[in-house]
Amino acid sequence: MAKITFITKDDDTIVCEADSGSVMELAVQNGVKGIDGDCGGVCSCATCHVHVAPESVAQVGEAGEIEKDMLELDDEANERSRLCCQLEVSDDLDGIVLHVAH
Amino acid sequence: MKPSDHPDPFQQARVEQGVSEIDDQNDPVQMVLRLKDVRKCAHNWKTYSSEATPGRIVVPSEVNIRDTRQIPFEVDPPKHGAFRELLDPWFKRPLQDDYRDKLRAQISSLITEVIQQNSIEAIHGFSLLLQSRALTILMNTPESEADTFISWGTHVFRSEDDPLDAGKAQQLYDYIDQKIDEAETKPSEDLFSTLLAAEVEGQKLTREQIKGIIILTFAGGRDTVINMVTNTLAYLADHPESLKRLRDEPEIRTRAIEELIRYFSPLTHMGRVATEDAQVCEHAIKADSRISLCWASANRDETVFEKPNEIVLDRKINPHVAFGFATHNCLGATHARTIMQVLIDELCEKVDHIDFLNAEENIEQWGEFDRKVGYHKLYLAFHSA
Repeated sequence: MAKITFITKDDDTIVCEADSGSVMELAVQNGVKGIDGDCGGVCSCATCHVHVAPESVAQVGEAGEIEKDMLELDDEANERSRLCCQLEVSDDLDGIVLHVAH
Repeated sequence: MKPSDHPDPFQQARVEQGVSEIDDQNDPVQMVLRLKDVRKCAHNWKTYSSEATPGRIVVPSEVNIRDTRQIPFEVDPPKHGAFRELLDPWFKRPLQDDYRDKLRAQISSLITEVIQQNSIEAIHGFSLLLQSRALTILMNTPESEADTFISWGTHVFRSEDDPLDAGKAQQLYDYIDQKIDEAETKPSEDLFSTLLAAEVEGQKLTREQIKGIIILTFAGGRDTVINMVTNTLAYLADHPESLKRLRDEPEIRTRAIEELIRYFSPLTHMGRVATEDAQVCEHAIKADSRISLCWASANRDETVFEKPNEIVLDRKINPHVAFGFATHNCLGATHARTIMQVLIDELCEKVDHIDFLNAEENIEQWGEFDRKVGYHKLYLAFHSA
């Protein structure tokens, strides 16, 4: 079981737990504002953009090339940006903190 | 080649040039063909504007058949954002359960009807009906209004022999005028009344602005949705193993829908007008000339998609641009995706297989490119599960 914390633009903190699925799905199920996941998780819509908290970066890892290309054109992108549909929930992600970008 | 295949006519030009010029009523268009370039241009609304003369960003240009600016489609930021803020909640209603339930009831009864017939012509006997009825849910008008929409045929601005039919467009404008009049005297919960009561940046919408929003709602989701639904039926008829797989593996349906939308790309391209001299992959773009963002070509870009010309039902990473990209992404995408979800669910439940009987393809011509966008006629027979 992984515990994942989302912090929205309005500074709401939502703590969720799961053991499978994508982080985007987890956020949508828990009504995290700013995570829409319009395309259902195939890296097409960029509506699940998060900034990984500095202390969680090593745990989450880097974006792949296609994901980076998507993020490159997002005005809110920074070096800690990820599309959370591309993050699979697992014990490896336990304790991470994600700031919703929009 | 199978009858439901949609070949990629852009491949050579995309690989070799990246950009290809076509003429359109003496206002040429440089088609941008590679995914990364399409995305970059779509993102750069300052250089590639949507806020040109109304109708000019559409290809073929509608400058000669309308003066009303479609909103928010032909408005750039910052004003664009204010309109989206107003409209997004309305166009996200498809995510609500009661919306989905209404759509399910419509599509379920339509499938039950076509199963009972020996064969149907799918565009007029299925897709046009589905699109028109679903539009009444999107606009929150009585379902009986669908009969009027159905009578207009498959495209609101185009007729069988005329790609730009001013008389036909007038029919839609008259209808919209009448509905706004009715909403003024007797407000309801429909889109017309909602827009009459709405404000953007502290100001009521003008009648012209309301018309612009409604015209977009009709035009943007007409032939696109009809082609998406028709092409999906053709594919499933031609690939019974895919219908079986979707039935057996419901967890792949979301990915399958995005993949079908990528492959069919119901809207081939959309134009922009350059506000300054610019360059796309070393091709000069002159100020006040037109480019088009070719979603259909970008969605077959071999540098991004493995097996771009195959439908890979469970394609995991699928960064397609069938609903556009960035600021002006499709307002109706949630409605379109919900239609596809309900359609696939209901087909899996009710239909064992579909026979592909006969078809007449609808081939668009863009300069040197002949692109199959769908069918003029498609004859199918549905068999109950």
